[in-house]
Amino acid sequence: MRSLLAGDIAEKLWSWLRALLALALLALVVKFFATYLPKQQSLTPTVVLGSVKTVGGFVALIAAFVVALEFVLYVVLMKLLKWKHALAYMLVAPGMVGIALLFLYPFGYNIAIAFSDRSLQRFLPGAYSYGLAYGLENFKSVFTDKILHDTGFWEVFARTWLWTAINVFFHVLGGLGLALLLNRTLPLRGLYRTILVFPWAIPQVIVALALHNEFHYQYGFVNNLLVSLGLPRVQWLSEPVPAFVAATSSNIWLGIPFMMVIILGGLQSISHEFYEAAAIDGASGWQQFKSITWPLLQPVLTPATVMGTIWTFNAFNVIYLITVGGPSEKTDILVTALFKAAFEFYRYGQAAAFALVIFVILFAVSATWIQLSGGLKGVTD
Amino acid sequence: MKGLIRWFFFRSRGDSPFKLLLIHLALIVACLIAIYPVARVVSISLRPGDRLLSTDLALIPKDATWSNYTQLLASKDFFLWVWNSLTVTVSVSIIGVILAATSAYAFSRWKFPGRAPALVLLLSTQMVPAIMMLIPLYLMFVGITRQFGIPLVGSYLGLIVAQSAGGVPFSIWILKGYYDTIPVDLEEAAKIDGAGPLGAFYRIILPLSTPALAIVFLFNFMASWVDYILPRVILPKPELFTWPLGLQRLQGQFQTEWGMFAAASVLVAIPSMALFLYSSKWLISGLTLGSVKG
Repeated sequence: MRSLLAGDIAEKLWSWLRALLALALLALVVKFFATYLPKQQSLTPTVVLGSVKTVGGFVALIAAFVVALEFVLYVVLMKLLKWKHALAYMLVAPGMVGIALLFLYPFGYNIAIAFSDRSLQRFLPGAYSYGLAYGLENFKSVFTDKILHDTGFWEVFARTWLWTAINVFFHVLGGLGLALLLNRTLPLRGLYRTILVFPWAIPQVIVALALHNEFHYQYGFVNNLLVSLGLPRVQWLSEPVPAFVAATSSNIWLGIPFMMVIILGGLQSISHEFYEAAAIDGASGWQQFKSITWPLLQPVLTPATVMGTIWTFNAFNVIYLITVGGPSEKTDILVTALFKAAFEFYRYGQAAAFALVIFVILFAVSATWIQLSGGLKGVTD
Repeated sequence: MKGLIRWFFFRSRGDSPFKLLLIHLALIVACLIAIYPVARVVSISLRPGDRLLSTDLALIPKDATWSNYTQLLASKDFFLWVWNSLTVTVSVSIIGVILAATSAYAFSRWKFPGRAPALVLLLSTQMVPAIMMLIPLYLMFVGITRQFGIPLVGSYLGLIVAQSAGGVPFSIWILKGYYDTIPVDLEEAAKIDGAGPLGAFYRIILPLSTPALAIVFLFNFMASWVDYILPRVILPKPELFTWPLGLQRLQGQFQTEWGMFAAASVLVAIPSMALFLYSSKWLISGLTLGSVKG
């Protein structure tokens, strides 16, 4: 009884301490901002007014467009046709028109670009042209030519799956391990949990940029840790395999907390009665894990793994900001290669075809999962 | 003392003290790994300028100073970057919430023709990687900028448009799920009292949905706040940089500006992490809601 009380008090104290710490840190940030806002030169009243004007004018333009759209729908559907679904259409219209203009149309436009010879030299309207032959050429070149400076599609494709498999495996393994450790009445549990979520809570861009410097040969902490352990320094960013290891380990570090939190939620929803019954039958810890925890975790673990796979497959920031795909394109994955094809080599036609290929790959992965998990039944209820 | 030891090794499910010691050790090691790179950034931000590049591994430098912070705030465009980010982020979140709130209401309450395909469309937008949409969006925006003079490239506007559209489908899903849990009887009662269908929405549904609207606002806010790739393509001018682009510029000057980069990271990370940790409960429930529903 006494120990339980002590644990409760410790948890309470910790939650207060955490709130206090957060407030103190925020106050520090606010103090810095308040002190230096009058002293700095970059954010002048003119700049503030200018951006408010730009954004305000634009929002007014959008609002005017929405009002016009609603008016047309009102007159046509409600007054002229007196349709019973008129109100529903009026409510849905702004959002769906936005999605049509910024998702459906660009998607179709991407297909059109894939069937053109558009590039930096042939950029403006009139300079490039569309044609079936261009499209076939573009799709063929994705698979047979170089998609980067001197790397072909299949090399990047294979590396992407290696990258995804290693990352997701360690995300699940690490997340499961930590969740199992945390899933018990434990003193300081809240503290551990908060600290372990840090890699997820801190903006990814910051981590990726900081880690790029930390893999520096001379001054980064990784090599200095190795030296203090008596190991030799490693050329992290200028040799292919170490660069891949650097990017992968960074992404593993980033992704474990998400899995941990999701799996912990799943573990907590498993009833204690199963374990009590198993204990009465004399099942060992491993047997309990194998026949209770693991199967009952699947409804949570499967969607989380699929989401994790898609996120890792698309992990642009980590690769692009830590290794820039280097050295000599040896750590590029499909999405970074796509970005480079479009915005560094300006081969828009080929890049659009390449984008469609990546889309088909991802679509196949998602569709397989939807099939496995019982179709889209509940979606449109 | 004895009570303290007993508390620390509080027994549950029959864990022996030795096992508990191992569990604590494992968790402490994991926490150190989780926190070390973050603590390093803080540590570097406190280093004096002449000791920026050092092989020292200590987390609290001997001669800690705020000079990186003062130098960053006084001489770099940090305030401008944060302002740019805030302008974009707040606009995106507001536009996203308004569009999603009304659309989701229609999806939740009416069975209109085209509803099912529209819902599937919303879901399929989530499968398309952002990088893939970047090529056609960029070329479209360049075309609109040239043809109609609306500067979608080279100003915030394209960024606001693209990011709002990116967040709307997911927001509609979350809000529809929430509206579905509000009984229709409430609106019926309001209609009997003389409210029109839209009056019932504004007076009954919206106030009841404040928590869900807050989640959607937060989702859009966070997604836009940490976005790197869209600003990178759409905002080439340094005076329009959002904080990720500004930070990257500081980081590029590794030899001279590492301390200022670290200081800027800390100043951005503290509010971001506070917001994340404060709202993580809802963020996670939103994520799982999305995955359970879809």
